[in-house]
Amino acid sequence: MDYFLITTSLLKIAAILFLVILPMVSYSVYAERRVSAFIQDRRGPNRVGPAGLFQPIADMFKLLLKEDFTPANVNTFYYWLAPCLAMMPAIITIAVVPFGSTLFGVPMVIADINVGILYVFAIASLGVYGIVLAGWASNSKYPFLGGVRSSSQMISYELSLGLAVIPIFLLVGNLRLTSVVRYQIEHGWMIAPFVGDWLNPWKWLLAFPMIISFVVFAIAIFAETNRLPFDLPEAEQELAGGYHTEYSSMKFALFFLGEYAAMITGSAVIVTLFFGGWHLPLPSWHGGFHWALVDGSAPGWRGVVGGLFNIATFFAKVAVLLFFFIWVRFTLPRFRYDQLMRLGWLFFFEIALVNIFIAAIILAYVPS
Amino acid sequence: MAVTVSRPRLNWRERMYLPAIVAGLAITLKHFKNMLLGRTKVTMQYPEEKWDSHLPDHYRGAPALVRDSDGRVRCVACQLCEFICPPRAIKIIPGEIPSTDQFAKVEKYPEEFDIDMIRCIFCGMCEEVCPEQAIYLRKDYAITGFTRADMVHHKEKLLEIGGVMHGVVLKWNEKK
Amino acid sequence: MSPLLFWPFALLMLMFGVAVVINRNPVASALSLVVSFLGLAALFMSLDAYFIGIIQVLVYAGAVMVLFLFIIMLLDLRAEEGRQVNWLALIGGIAVALALLAQILYVIHNLKSAHQAFPPLARSTFDDVRNVGLLLFGSYNLPFQIIGVLVLVATIGVVLLSRREPR
Repeated sequence: MDYFLITTSLLKIAAILFLVILPMVSYSVYAERRVSAFIQDRRGPNRVGPAGLFQPIADMFKLLLKEDFTPANVNTFYYWLAPCLAMMPAIITIAVVPFGSTLFGVPMVIADINVGILYVFAIASLGVYGIVLAGWASNSKYPFLGGVRSSSQMISYELSLGLAVIPIFLLVGNLRLTSVVRYQIEHGWMIAPFVGDWLNPWKWLLAFPMIISFVVFAIAIFAETNRLPFDLPEAEQELAGGYHTEYSSMKFALFFLGEYAAMITGSAVIVTLFFGGWHLPLPSWHGGFHWALVDGSAPGWRGVVGGLFNIATFFAKVAVLLFFFIWVRFTLPRFRYDQLMRLGWLFFFEIALVNIFIAAIILAYVPS
Repeated sequence: MAVTVSRPRLNWRERMYLPAIVAGLAITLKHFKNMLLGRTKVTMQYPEEKWDSHLPDHYRGAPALVRDSDGRVRCVACQLCEFICPPRAIKIIPGEIPSTDQFAKVEKYPEEFDIDMIRCIFCGMCEEVCPEQAIYLRKDYAITGFTRADMVHHKEKLLEIGGVMHGVVLKWNEKK
Repeated sequence: MSPLLFWPFALLMLMFGVAVVINRNPVASALSLVVSFLGLAALFMSLDAYFIGIIQVLVYAGAVMVLFLFIIMLLDLRAEEGRQVNWLALIGGIAVALALLAQILYVIHNLKSAHQAFPPLARSTFDDVRNVGLLLFGSYNLPFQIIGVLVLVATIGVVLLSRREPR
């Protein structure tokens, strides 16, 4: 038994979950309300604490103290199971995402498995069960429609999600997410290769399919996480809240927070795949201009600071993407259902397929 | 007659949809930025900023009973307001003024005068119908309470809101 | 592989496999099948076959069963719940299952290599994703391409069948 590995893994799980992900989830709710208010020329929640910063705590108390109502004629077991299934996949996906370099010599990834990205897709695809079950177990029209919409939407967009990342792995030659980050440190970020061998024009040519990949992947993540403009399973105006219409109190909160957890995981995966993960090059002028790499490998306190800096960089990037999610939500109207399906099957699917060929052709002729 | 609305033909740039998305994002970002820099005028932040000094003279707030300059409650418990009140928010129990009193000739006074502020619709009919100019709609608008009972204004509360009304006709003084 | 992990997952798989058969509610059956698949994936992973395990989850638990569930919910199969148990079919089914089990046990019993402890598997220098890829696109390239054409034919057939006749 490797006790060191088990102990550090447990510590990492506890730290990342309770110190980072859960606070981030509750504060992304706050950010959503605040940013949406600013976009709509309002002030947003600014009462609880300085600038409303304690609002998530107040929300939590409100949700905990509300009556937990189970309607008659619901299928009780599945009605209770669904919120758990909605929350869990979003959180366990984060296990394979490298969120930092090393800290005290321990790699900052919970499970560095060699099928990293497939694990992300596999667990994300299980997320649909929570929604489908909620819709079905509620025994009510609108939630049911929401659940049905959700399952077909998720299956449609998983295809483009999976195909969009293939060019990256053609380039990296490995499904491990840590090697994707390692590659980006050596050869520049996927969509902006300005570090490493950035003078090589082929690198910039390769960035083209990467940008297409990024656009398709990001849009598919929007659809996977049920965010506007693809929030058809919820669709307040037509489905009265969709799959969580019949839920109240903490069960509703699990759906609500699960959506944000899925957003955070989606952003983390995008950051890892396209934006260099925890890597942030700092310009340095020691003996001519070059990019200096900061990570946790330096000895003593400099290594610790470097490791913490990497973790902060990663979550700062995630936060920027979360802002983008919110920004898009309050800009675009919702797609119609047939438009959504057509977009997924006739447009993004084909683009992702063609993109694989483009990337493969460029790679075949790259003089490396 | 059925009208066929011809849809405009989109050129390839419009059909790509992306320029429109970017333009939309730019608009929302502009609003966000202006708000951050404090350039946007936003609605009044109520408990800190109040509109009280801008209230017009004819503002219809909470109804209240007034005293005249002699300190007498002007209401004579005629119950006209009770009858006119559309939501029936007013309840009056009249009492008799003893003959030894200075204003014995008024004969009646309100022993109890309740206005249920949950029911009151601030229409001002009570003020309009009052023959004694005893009930007025004042400028109080923030009327709150934790229970339904809290929301009923009794006579003391009404007199406290109303205060003293100067410069109205004094119909019950010694000359009459 | 640690037996500490093998037994719980094997038991989980078998229990939910039985639940698939005995559940009267089709949705419950489908979900039991999903859990069973997850147990199977865990067994694959404990054999260091991460790729197969993950694909098991991704394709079967994540996509195929979602479609199953989708159809079951749309059809709203309530007739299944009130159906009487056909005792003859039940006994027959159990007998067939037991016969199969007996056959398997007999074969394993007579297999020589089953009686000796396996030497530990050689650790591959590549990871298993690369192994699967090399095999698939190397030695089994032609069958792979043929399967691809087969799937394409099936797809075209479905599109053709589900196309609405022009009025």
